[in-house]
Amino acid sequence: MMRTDGAPLSIQEYEQQGGYQGLRKAFQFNPEEITQMVKDAELQGRGGAGFSTGTKWSFVPMGKSAPETKYLIVNGDEMEPGTFKDRLLLEGNPHQMLEGIIISAYAIQASEAVIFLRWAYKMSANRLARAISEAEQAGYIGKNILNSGFNIKVSIHTSVGRYMCGEETGLLSALEGKRSLPRAKPPFPQISGLFGKPSIVNNVETLCCVPHIMDKGPNWFKGLSNGDGGGTKLYGASGNVRNPGIYELPLGTPLNELIEVHAGGMIDGYQFRAALPGGASTDFLTTEHLEVKMDFKSVSACGSRLGTGTIIVLDDRTCPVGFVHNLEHFFAQESCGWCTPCREGLPWVEKILKSIEDGEGQQEDLGVLQEHTVGLGPGMTFCALAPGAMAPLKSALKYFKTDFEAHIQQKRCTYKNN
Amino acid sequence: MLTEKEIAKIDLEVSHLPYKGAACIEALKIVQQERGWISDESIHLIAEYLEISAEEVDSVATFYNLIFRKPVGRHVILICDSISCWVVGYENILTALKNRLKINYGETTEDDRFTLLPIPCLGTCDRAPAMMIDNDLHRDLTEEKLDDILNQYQ
Repeated sequence: MMRTDGAPLSIQEYEQQGGYQGLRKAFQFNPEEITQMVKDAELQGRGGAGFSTGTKWSFVPMGKSAPETKYLIVNGDEMEPGTFKDRLLLEGNPHQMLEGIIISAYAIQASEAVIFLRWAYKMSANRLARAISEAEQAGYIGKNILNSGFNIKVSIHTSVGRYMCGEETGLLSALEGKRSLPRAKPPFPQISGLFGKPSIVNNVETLCCVPHIMDKGPNWFKGLSNGDGGGTKLYGASGNVRNPGIYELPLGTPLNELIEVHAGGMIDGYQFRAALPGGASTDFLTTEHLEVKMDFKSVSACGSRLGTGTIIVLDDRTCPVGFVHNLEHFFAQESCGWCTPCREGLPWVEKILKSIEDGEGQQEDLGVLQEHTVGLGPGMTFCALAPGAMAPLKSALKYFKTDFEAHIQQKRCTYKNN
Repeated sequence: MLTEKEIAKIDLEVSHLPYKGAACIEALKIVQQERGWISDESIHLIAEYLEISAEEVDSVATFYNLIFRKPVGRHVILICDSISCWVVGYENILTALKNRLKINYGETTEDDRFTLLPIPCLGTCDRAPAMMIDNDLHRDLTEEKLDDILNQYQ
């Protein structure tokens, strides 16, 4: 549901197209039933982890013994390089997300919702602020919404930049006015989150699915998918493809359909070589994976992750070493410095990649890089930043080894004319 | 001293929060909006007002990319240096910008008009390369477009 001219849907336009019907229906159920419906719909978190949204909600303490203050927090930090899907939802149809927020807050009986927005999304912030005031006037936000007895406050917090704000617990730290350092789990945010209160952090796209599950039912939502998990997915493509953009397609749409049909194939003179399926922190998929269904389970089976589903295409004229160097520069810069392997390891990796790209690499460097993919891998660091950073490096060393070696042997970037 | 306007804005933020110190980031944003950047003096004023240590405020101020601990020009150019912009050649745009403005990253033009900084992915990868100047997003950048864009900011 979007206008073609890029303007946001007003509350009237949204209502005319069935908006806020899901909310009306939601109040006919008790909160636990809604959580069950979201589980049955097989909605998986769209921020990148793909965890069952209903299951996540089910960990929140409910009933009379639960704390009075509970938070629903929207992760709108979208800072994963190559990812631009939430911007579209925030700018194009802010009411859809608000409706998702209100229903989800009702499901976990949250008293407050906080939308954490990326600093750069100025237009999203303006449009959301207007949508919130429209929804307040219409009685969808505030006290005793639609005579349900349910109350919710919704506010916006804009970030001041840092990739770590997108990490669930780092985001909570930022909302408390601190450095966005990750926190140890347990306790999980569902039990002790923002200001020590039970909190759910959901991605923008995840919440935008919720009104449709309420309105049309879990089975309808589940049936939209073409793979594992329910619903549609916002896929995207950037790089040297003909029609870079965002496309809403059944979850599980194959990678080659995404590239050839929706992204329009490669620009003349460029050939597809590989792609990161869902942002900078995912492993490369190559031509051998073109048939893969782009759902969380199938992409994992290929040794990568669906992540955010916005693919970044590597073509045959772009240097894979330079490509990975760009990614590792980002991760090294954005490491919060909290744990040693990440703080010390990532700048090291970045320097080695730069020296290889500049023609100053040594054969032993490849071994050092390989060691880092283990030492900074899953389980070795405090949060997922470093393992995410190692995903493209590890897969690049596997798929583009001859390129790394050619750089070292010829003492130059083999993709530059010199 | 914090101005009355700054205090009023900070108080409004504090009113939504369980304790004063939680408004640290908001207070930094408010003071930066009024003064352009965060000086050592501003750090101390915020610390005193929020009843937390100056070191704590500075640790937050220096952590976030968009809190400026040095003076910046009237307009801040943030050019995306992340992967999708790199693939389509943002480096040519960066070189052209540096040549036109005669500054490097982190520097301000002599007339205080522009400060140039890199920024991670701006989330507009289908229209790369991209940059922001102040609150405005500029996309599908080419060298030819730069003069017209820069002329909008005096």
